[in-house]
Amino acid sequence: MNSITALFYVFAAVLLFAALRVITARSTVHAALYLVLAFFSASCIWMLLRAEFLAIALVLVYVGAVMVLFLFVVMMLDINTDELRVGFWKHLPLAGAVGAVIALEMALVLMRGFRLEAPLPTAKALEIGNTKLLGIEIYTHYLYPLQLAAVLLLVAIIAAIALTLRGRKDSKQMDPSQQVKVKAADRVRLIKMPAVVEAPSVKKEGA
Amino acid sequence: MGPITLGHYLSLGGILFALSVIGIFLNRRNLIVLLMAIELMLLAVNLNFIAFSHYLPVEADRMAGQVFVFFILTVAAAESAIGLAILVVLFRNRASINVEELDELKG
Repeated sequence: MNSITALFYVFAAVLLFAALRVITARSTVHAALYLVLAFFSASCIWMLLRAEFLAIALVLVYVGAVMVLFLFVVMMLDINTDELRVGFWKHLPLAGAVGAVIALEMALVLMRGFRLEAPLPTAKALEIGNTKLLGIEIYTHYLYPLQLAAVLLLVAIIAAIALTLRGRKDSKQMDPSQQVKVKAADRVRLIKMPAVVEAPSVKKEGA
Repeated sequence: MGPITLGHYLSLGGILFALSVIGIFLNRRNLIVLLMAIELMLLAVNLNFIAFSHYLPVEADRMAGQVFVFFILTVAAAESAIGLAILVVLFRNRASINVEELDELKG
């Protein structure tokens, strides 16, 4: 039992414990913090698989950005957690059955094959490293998908801002474009009226 | 205990995925925890991709799995940002994130 085996079991145990606490934690803030722990252990496991760049990217992107966003939203909203946990364990039999079926089906497939040993890293991979290999791959074969991913991120930025932006109703402000476009007709309304003078009523003689 | 094989990593990914499915069933009212369970599912999928890319015998194709993980991370970050934005707007309008109250689109 070498050190990689031991580290794998430690990280896997922490990851599964954190995932279990994410789905059962009473407070949503605790769930978010356990999710941070889960991402961090997963990043350590990716390190064992020699995917250094993605491991660091997972910590930076998820722990640094996405989970901060989650915590920010959780703390900003005033959520009554007790109301959301009414009948929490009611669906446990069904959920456990579905989870067990998924795990069993996976086990049926995995028991037979996939007993592969890790191949030794080639001299080229050792020489130029995982990050550079990934960069070469992304910027040559996958250049067009990379541009699409960038556009997707731009769309996500604009969508997130547009969804949450709201003008304040009580603020009084001027709109210069409307002011420039104004015409005289918008300011003064001239009404044409017939110049009719009402004749004085005359009493008929002898009526 | 022998050395760690590909099956170990795939089993870990499978158990993680099953746990998040159970989480979706249990937390069916709390929208935020539902989003977190989806993030856990994506993590399990990414773990499988990286494990396959590490154990692939063909050296020329070995980086393809990691490129996929790269794109999945991009899409997942965009998804959670938009999901949380929708959540904030929802809470502003309804003062609740209970999924069972979101039945106004019923036909």
